[in-house]
Amino acid sequence: MLNPISLAFKKAKKENRAALLTYTVAGDSSKKQSLDILKSISKDADILELGVPHNTPVADGSQIQTSAYRAIKNGIKMNDIFKIVKEFKKSNKNKPIILMGYFNMIFQYGENKFLNKCNTSGVNGLIVVDLPWPENKDFAKKCKKKSIYFIQLLSPTTTKQRLKKIIKDSHPMNYFISMLSTTGGKLKVSPNSILKNYTEIKKIDPKKETAIGFGITEKTIGKLKSADGLVVGSAICKEISKSLKHRQNPVTNVSKLVKKLKSKIL
Amino acid sequence: MKIKKNIPLIDQANKLGFWGGKFGGNYVPETLKKPIEDLETLFNKLKNDKKFLAERDKYFKDWVGAPTRFIKLENLTNHVGGAQIWSKVVSDANGGAHKIYNATVHCLLAKRSGKKFIIGDTGAGYAGKMLSMAAKKFGLKCKIFMGAKDIARQQPNVKAMKKNGAEVIPVYSGSQTLVDAVSECMRYWVANCDTTAMCVGSTVGPAVFVRICGWSTSQISRELKVQLIDEFGSVPKKLKLYNCVGGGSSSFGFWNEFMDYDKKQCEFIGVEAGGPSRSRKHAAPLTYGSKIGILHGAAQYVNQDADGQIEETESISAGLDYPGISPLHCFLKDTKRARYTAASDEDALSAYKTVTKFEKLRPSLEPSHAFSVAIKEAKKLNKDTIVIVNSCGDAYKDREILKKRLGKKYVEPN
Repeated sequence: MLNPISLAFKKAKKENRAALLTYTVAGDSSKKQSLDILKSISKDADILELGVPHNTPVADGSQIQTSAYRAIKNGIKMNDIFKIVKEFKKSNKNKPIILMGYFNMIFQYGENKFLNKCNTSGVNGLIVVDLPWPENKDFAKKCKKKSIYFIQLLSPTTTKQRLKKIIKDSHPMNYFISMLSTTGGKLKVSPNSILKNYTEIKKIDPKKETAIGFGITEKTIGKLKSADGLVVGSAICKEISKSLKHRQNPVTNVSKLVKKLKSKIL
Repeated sequence: MKIKKNIPLIDQANKLGFWGGKFGGNYVPETLKKPIEDLETLFNKLKNDKKFLAERDKYFKDWVGAPTRFIKLENLTNHVGGAQIWSKVVSDANGGAHKIYNATVHCLLAKRSGKKFIIGDTGAGYAGKMLSMAAKKFGLKCKIFMGAKDIARQQPNVKAMKKNGAEVIPVYSGSQTLVDAVSECMRYWVANCDTTAMCVGSTVGPAVFVRICGWSTSQISRELKVQLIDEFGSVPKKLKLYNCVGGGSSSFGFWNEFMDYDKKQCEFIGVEAGGPSRSRKHAAPLTYGSKIGILHGAAQYVNQDADGQIEETESISAGLDYPGISPLHCFLKDTKRARYTAASDEDALSAYKTVTKFEKLRPSLEPSHAFSVAIKEAKKLNKDTIVIVNSCGDAYKDREILKKRLGKKYVEPN
């Protein structure tokens, strides 16, 4: 069977639109609430990225940091995250889930044990922010054996030669970082120049799906809708923080936001 | 796992940057791969370039003030009544600590690469102060990331940075200490690596930063070797080199030149921060057997929980208050070339009192940790043994803490 991630891209393509990928932090602001958010936004999102919170994140901006610290403070552990995924999959068997985080969490869990747990709980892909190519070669192979996509990150600083090598080794989905920034930065380059870089990447292997992320919000998402997929993370984390601050229900507010995001790329 | 002879330790990492096959590496976001590779290429070329070496030596001599003194602590030796106690007074260096070496080299590299901005992290404030000095000297704009807790407790250095024209950016995340300052600095670099050079303040971070810092601070042991030969005619038969270890930059630099000597002749003793004696928290991952993990781009022994979240540390000395430790020291520990132990906050304060009572030397709280262990061990040794403590920082920055903990009379200027 094809990985649900590929199926989700196919479905979006059939509908002549970009796939919408959301990012929320597991355990933000509580285990139950993060599960409720996943369930609720899965109506509109095509692929759900679930952040594994880490307390020394070297690539995340303030919004995701706030969410991560909140989740850690509320006691989230690695095993809880697998439980959230498993619980979610009970009612959403085919909705793809990607875990995104930092390598130390996998390293401490044990690579093999981690991947087994991914399999039994229903994780379909992994993004490991600080495990670049070629350091990730062995681990990516292990993922492949378990039918889990290891998603390679590509950046504006990645040289053409390096892009070719990474994409040659990559699984069917890649993630293009739109600009030099941590997550949640203001879009400091024009959507056109992002798409230009994106097109160059696509040329290397048109069959591989490429999602664009970093700096994508309600305002900018429409201008990038010709991509295979678009990731919104910090804007969602910000919505959770805002809801908590105003004593509103994050589940409702985040769902509304995701619906709106979806409408912009239809 | 083995140390090779006749090859500098900084060059003993494998192709992926791992010492002993497992410490160090480059666990970095994709965006940083290219800038790191560029820096590696530049550094590998320049470290063998005669003109560059001459330039470095010129600045070390004329501006940093090489060599720093190597002195016998006669009164302390008599008081302790065992081995001879000497000190390499690295705090003589311009700015008052060893951090000047790494800062100078990073600014020289930044100039060569055409960068106009440089950023750095700081704990005790020394790395930041020195980077701000060097940046000013070489005409670079400078931003320093510093934990809010450290800003509060190391004001003299904060003032110095600002005076040098650097922007000090307070970091409020996590424990608001060095670990968070390094994370924030790396995040800033991720977003600005096209225009900005980064200086990591110790022998930590992605492999190239470990190497550059170790290469820079090795000036300390290069000087010491000459001074030892001047003083004793040769490197003494029984030599013990004590140094505090936070990230590990001063200790590595203090030991590097003696790496190939048998450890029976030249023993290395690293003293980590044990934290308050009544607290379970510490900053001594080597002493207390922390597990290997990944922090700031490198695999190392690091204080962490079972899940891999980095644990908060506690130490009276901001400069040692770091949950991880240089991959170089992990390698030295596992190959048994160096021995590591810890001193508590109270031990360091008491050593500071002893040293300042007998000598005209005011080691900051960081080297006071090393003095504590050196004094204890020197007692049991005989006069043939030469104990040397690297006094790598000056206590001026610790005035407020010393006043509070020991009373006013301990903060009178020398």
